Amino acid sequence: MSDAAATSQSTPRDALLVASDGVPLKVKLAKTTAAARRRAFLLTLPLVLFVLISFVFPIGEMLVRSFHNPVGGNVVPAFAESIAKWDGKGLPSEEVFEVFVKDLARARKVRDVGKTVGNLATRVNYEIPGSRSLITKSARKVGKIKNPPYKDALLAIDKRWSNPHVWLVLQRATTDYTLSFYLAALDRRYDKTNNIVQADELYRIYIPILLKTLWLSALITFLCFMLAYPVAYLLSTLPLRTSNLLMILVLLPFWTSLLVRTTAWIAMLQTQGVLNDVFVSLRLIGNEDRIQLIYNQTGTIIAMVHILLPFMILPLYSVMKTIPPSYMRAARSMGASQTYAFIRIYFPQTLPGIAAGTLLVFILAIGYYITPALVGGNDGLLISNLIADHIKSTLNWSLGAALGSILLVIVLMLYWLYNRLVGIDNLKFG
Amino acid sequence: MEAPSIHVAFQNVQKSYDGEILVVKDLNLDVEKGEFLTMLGPSGSGKTTCLMMLAGFEPATHGEIFLNGQPINNQPPNKRGIGMVFQNYALFPHMSVNENLAFPLQVRGMKREEVTERVDRALGMVELGGFGGRRPAQLSGGQQQRVALARALVFDPQLVLMDEPLGALDKQLREQMQYEIKNIHESLGVTVVYVTHDQSEALTMSNRIAVFNDGVIQQLSSPDDLYERPQNSFVAQFIGENNKLSGMVTEVNGDSCTVKMGTGEVITAAAINVAGAGQPTTLSLRPERVEIAPDEGALPNALQGQVKDLIYHGDHIRAVLQVADTSEFVVKVPNNVGHKVLSKGENVTVGWQIEDCRALDHMDV
Ligand SMILES: Nc1ncnc2c1ncn2[C@@H]1O[C@H](COP(=O)(O)OP(=O)(O)OP(=O)(O)O)[C@@H](O)[C@H]1O
Ligand SMILES: [Mg+2]
Repeated sequence: MSDAAATSQSTPRDALLVASDGVPLKVKLAKTTAAARRRAFLLTLPLVLFVLISFVFPIGEMLVRSFHNPVGGNVVPAFAESIAKWDGKGLPSEEVFEVFVKDLARARKVRDVGKTVGNLATRVNYEIPGSRSLITKSARKVGKIKNPPYKDALLAIDKRWSNPHVWLVLQRATTDYTLSFYLAALDRRYDKTNNIVQADELYRIYIPILLKTLWLSALITFLCFMLAYPVAYLLSTLPLRTSNLLMILVLLPFWTSLLVRTTAWIAMLQTQGVLNDVFVSLRLIGNEDRIQLIYNQTGTIIAMVHILLPFMILPLYSVMKTIPPSYMRAARSMGASQTYAFIRIYFPQTLPGIAAGTLLVFILAIGYYITPALVGGNDGLLISNLIADHIKSTLNWSLGAALGSILLVIVLMLYWLYNRLVGIDNLKFG
Repeated sequence: MEAPSIHVAFQNVQKSYDGEILVVKDLNLDVEKGEFLTMLGPSGSGKTTCLMMLAGFEPATHGEIFLNGQPINNQPPNKRGIGMVFQNYALFPHMSVNENLAFPLQVRGMKREEVTERVDRALGMVELGGFGGRRPAQLSGGQQQRVALARALVFDPQLVLMDEPLGALDKQLREQMQYEIKNIHESLGVTVVYVTHDQSEALTMSNRIAVFNDGVIQQLSSPDDLYERPQNSFVAQFIGENNKLSGMVTEVNGDSCTVKMGTGEVITAAAINVAGAGQPTTLSLRPERVEIAPDEGALPNALQGQVKDLIYHGDHIRAVLQVADTSEFVVKVPNNVGHKVLSKGENVTVGWQIEDCRALDHMDV
């Protein structure tokens, strides 16, 4: 007994395992696998580079652009430096006015892209709508101001220069880093005393659209789920040959070009379209009150459910395929009715597929752009359409970037929530 | 009405899946209360199909199945009250062992305390007390098998169906489980219909065995009958080791007949399943019933053979001989004190009794 205790003490269980040449086993193992791992990494290098260049950098660039906007500072650098020190009370000092007048006069001659007075005017105009002319008009006239007092001279050009709010905005617009765009994206703004307040009711557009996007995405996800579940079940129970054939029909929307698909939707859904004709001929509706099914929210929902359906069906199908019929049979043999067996035995086992499908469809839906743009009309537009608008037409990239970043954060939060609820390892995409 | 001791009855049952091939052809089978009946047969012979019809998962194409004398063709599976063990166990993967066992009890609306008590009792019966909290995936194959067994029994069904329940286990575990299933069957007194294609499993466990081939029961009898008194060549060949000799019946004489081999030898055999004189027959002879070098005149049949191969098995030696027109005539020579030592190429006489050599229906090959 005591002997045994002595031996077991001399070889503690957590002793380092050592290979025959005395090198710890772990070190040895790491060495032998290092080469293989290095080779494996090299094989993935092209993809890593591709992803870096085409995805990580642009996203990073977008994130940075949403809070870093050096335009103001680039146009009037000297003024930016001197107004930065201003405490924001009353009007800035005469020196600041002097620097501003001179800087603006100099900037008027600059023609470099992104460094013109026009750029600064646009930037200020974001925050005080209608103030564009104040900047451009003043810039044309400041050249004539030769002697102090600069303050009075500037006020003589335009009375609005006596408004401290203009200077507060200028101070903000000439700092490189700003929260203005995030505030705008969340329907907030700085008021005249630099407090963050809600935008006027008329200008609150982004939050309502964002909420509508979330709500529509949830609705589309739900509709997809309701349509996909029975289809996936059918596919998983049919013999392989038949199910493969039907699977082609499911994937058909992927294979048709966007143009063909859109044309088909229009032909089907427009007020004089096939669907309405059928309704009318079945006397479900009168010829006068045909239903508007396209170029509105309904159109967006119908088209997006159609295009996103496969993303729900495929993960569901792949999960259902792995559930042998013997589970349901076992449940039935133990006395469970068809419904009870389905609820307690079949459905819980499809949860990984449901989780994957809903996550996939929802995340795709909140970022969807082209379909709502084509068939959504005005009230069927989603947040992505506004982002695209800012990137392509209004050219307010920073605001577009801020909206995009908010969308990204929402997606990441959803992902996190899902991980907490379902566990990412439990997802089954196919 | 059936006699009350008949638990399950198949009457003229036929089954076809595709409307072209009959998978089960005119099945008639009575299973008695408390009996352990095994369906044994090669793959594709329709065993699972019969079980599924009994459990209610496949409709019979023709005929009627009775449970306790009541026709059940139109009864859904959940109303039949039959316990079932599946080949892959079909334990619900998203539920713990306890929840799996509680399922049939909850379906029956049993109170929580009673459910717990019964689950514990059932787990105790299969010696898995303390494993209730685990998921099926955290159990070994043998343990999963026991859980499946406990789950099929926990709601006290009078009839339990098992479809190759031990198919996935290794040999040692299988033998242990055979023993345990047999024990449970005896102590509970339930009727068991068991499907397997392992003949030793069927022989050791069953009261009666139904040998299936091609959708037809070839023979239904007790294990010893099946082995010692096969009624046709298929059963003789399928159960145990068997020597086949083909010949022509020259004369039928009460329960014995004389058969002439293709090579000229004449054998006297028990006439079990012969069509009459002048018809071909296949003789069936168990290897352990053949004697090597018998005393002259001691046995009614004695043929010349040549030793082709010898395989040492420890307790016996398998001798493969050329006898008549077969080159695969197997004899088991017991490794007794002073047994006959054979050597390859040696010519020996082999002999046997009339009743050990059964003349059955003719079988090709
Ligand atoms: N669902 C089905 N649809 C069509 N044919 C089937 C179906 N199930 C079984 N069969 C066919 O019926 C025949 C009998 O099958 P069954 O499963 O009853 O055989 P088995 O005796 O259980 O064989 P095994 O020992 O391999 O399990 C086989 O030829 C099989 O191909
Ligand atoms: Mg089977």
